[in-house]
Amino acid sequence: MSIKRLSGAHVPHYKNTASCAPVRMPAPAKVTIPMGMHIGAPCTPVVKVGDLVKVGQVIGEAAGFVSVPVHASVSGKVTALTEIQVANGSFAKAVVIESDGEQAVSETVVPPVVETYEQFTAALRASGLVGLGGAGFPTTVKFSVKDPSKVEYLLINGAECEPYITSDTRTMVDDADHIVKGAMTIRKFLGVKNIAIVIEDNKPEAIEIFRKKTADIEGFTVEAMPSLYPQGGEKVLIHNVTGRDVPEGKLPLDVGCIVINCTSLAFISKYLETGMPLVEKCITVDGSAVANPQNVIAPIGTALSDIFAFCGGYKAEPKKILLGGPMMGIAVPDDSVPLLKNNNAILAFAEKEASLPATTACIKCGRCAAACPAGLMPMQIERAYKLKNVDELNRLKVMLCMECGCCSFVCPAKRELVLVNKLSKGMVRAAMPPKK
Amino acid sequence: MVVTCSPHIRDNASTQSIMRDVLIALVPALIASVWVFGFSALLRVIVCVIFAVGSEYLFEKACGRPITISDYSAAVTGVLLAYNLPPELPLWMAAFGSIVAIVAVKQLFGGIGHNFANPAITARIVLLISFAGPMTTWVIPDTVSGATPLGLIAAGELEKLPPVTSMFLGTIGGCLGETSALALLLGFAYLLYRKVITWHIPVFFVGTVFVLTALAGYNPVYQVLAGGLLLGAIFMATDYSTSPLTVKGQIIYAIGCGFITFMIRIFGNYPEGVSFSILLMNIIAPHITNLTLNKPLGGVSK
Repeated sequence: MSIKRLSGAHVPHYKNTASCAPVRMPAPAKVTIPMGMHIGAPCTPVVKVGDLVKVGQVIGEAAGFVSVPVHASVSGKVTALTEIQVANGSFAKAVVIESDGEQAVSETVVPPVVETYEQFTAALRASGLVGLGGAGFPTTVKFSVKDPSKVEYLLINGAECEPYITSDTRTMVDDADHIVKGAMTIRKFLGVKNIAIVIEDNKPEAIEIFRKKTADIEGFTVEAMPSLYPQGGEKVLIHNVTGRDVPEGKLPLDVGCIVINCTSLAFISKYLETGMPLVEKCITVDGSAVANPQNVIAPIGTALSDIFAFCGGYKAEPKKILLGGPMMGIAVPDDSVPLLKNNNAILAFAEKEASLPATTACIKCGRCAAACPAGLMPMQIERAYKLKNVDELNRLKVMLCMECGCCSFVCPAKRELVLVNKLSKGMVRAAMPPKK
Repeated sequence: MVVTCSPHIRDNASTQSIMRDVLIALVPALIASVWVFGFSALLRVIVCVIFAVGSEYLFEKACGRPITISDYSAAVTGVLLAYNLPPELPLWMAAFGSIVAIVAVKQLFGGIGHNFANPAITARIVLLISFAGPMTTWVIPDTVSGATPLGLIAAGELEKLPPVTSMFLGTIGGCLGETSALALLLGFAYLLYRKVITWHIPVFFVGTVFVLTALAGYNPVYQVLAGGLLLGAIFMATDYSTSPLTVKGQIIYAIGCGFITFMIRIFGNYPEGVSFSILLMNIIAPHITNLTLNKPLGGVSK
């Protein structure tokens, strides 16, 4: 059976740091760790000002099913419980820790006992792991499957289709064994037959490594996919590998699939070995304003300015700073914001890259619709949005927009179609009857 | 610090680069036209472009709108209108047509992207109805003034038809930019290569005319090469703002264009029906789009 692959955009790659093995930066003088770094209820702080904490110690307890604990990423003293504005504009509680530079590891960091499926999901919760691909969905929730026999595919996401970002590439090249081991652990508990690692064909080294490492493993395939953004989008990946479409309002599990980012999987293996929760993150630091672009392992909560300083500082005045890649990343107002669990890149652009071309009238060329992997028609959505026509927005299925950015990227009139889609989704949500 | 919505990088293609590509694709037909009809053809193209661009500038200036002449779309309209005119049409008529195209058909509806009818096609029809005589006075290269191949077919004078090679190269009577199939196909290849248009509309439009005229007992090769079919199918029916937005819709639209062209050519009073067919389909294009919306990934009907 051949699968008709979904549309997308030929974005530039800019994988400048693909050959840079990650460098661990020293603990910064201070970290600011937000309590809400995942989709779901934010954590409740369990430390007070003046408390001494060690690396890996719980500082925020999970506050619900879709929530995971937050841990100290440096050893030192809690100096403040504050509230900061996070990238999505909302405010979240945050714990500020002044580092003592020792990086002493907490006594609570011991390898977990994992013999049953329940112990496995409990360990995932305790690890604080959220989807490291960018969405920040607590991994434990993803693996809390009622009927494991329904899981037919485990899809390991190594597409890394965003320009610039190479942190997953490095995990695949440097830490392939942990990825394979993680997949085997999941197979042990869920009994999943088909495992596939999906890698864009612009990473031949990673493809080669996994072909060798998985050759003897039954039901483990390497899917080399064309470099067509957004190959790594969850629904896109499921469609392109299995031919299945996740129906509106359903989850990948409903079509027998679990998708996990390759770095998340490597983390699971390492956590089961050491018990060290998610306290640091490998990120790609790049962009035209950065002196020495490279991959850096930094403690969660480190201010972006400290990470840029570690990379030689700015070589040009930064005019735009992004959390994430240029297609879906979020522009932040200044470089004092902290690194979050689900960040995989921070980019700083100088004047030229920071300014976008002027918007002109839509010429109805249809490129946005042709590029949309979800099969939406952004130009029609824009018209319906201007008319505030919620019924039409629903008919055009705007809620299925994954905000990948292909439409805005290809638009010759440089229209802000993703922005309009986001606003349209808000309009549709506001018009929904309140849940009882 | 600049804070904008994602994405933070954009493709290089712009409205200007697309329109520039269309102008480049029209160059072979211009060369053929000057070769077949001489300097008078070039002069009409220049007059049309000047009046199209000039009227767009003056209208936008008068309305206090942003000036958009640098996107080259007015220039494209000027060239296309000129290509739809007889080579010896009085210059003031050509100028008048350009003003109608830009002011009445394009700008009064809101400018680029907002017009529901193709400006050049509509202006040509206005000229045809207003100045029926001059608009149907043809110059036949190397022979006396007389009828176009379609005129000859309509009159049943098949023995006077030029050979197919002349029709392919363009050394026949007709509007100044429509006669050379070779030049238009070169332009088509360039537009496909540059991904400005897809093949669907031209192929289904021309294919429909080919099949229907063959079924009706006419020589389909003559029907395809004669008149404005190739020019219309490649450059006019593919106009973004006046054609459907979905591939399925474009196919329906193109078949509709082909069908109406066939009906007018075979059963109508006019020997040529390409302009009318495109204009009529322009009018229903938004409805075709609306009825052929793309099916979203995982979308379920409620």
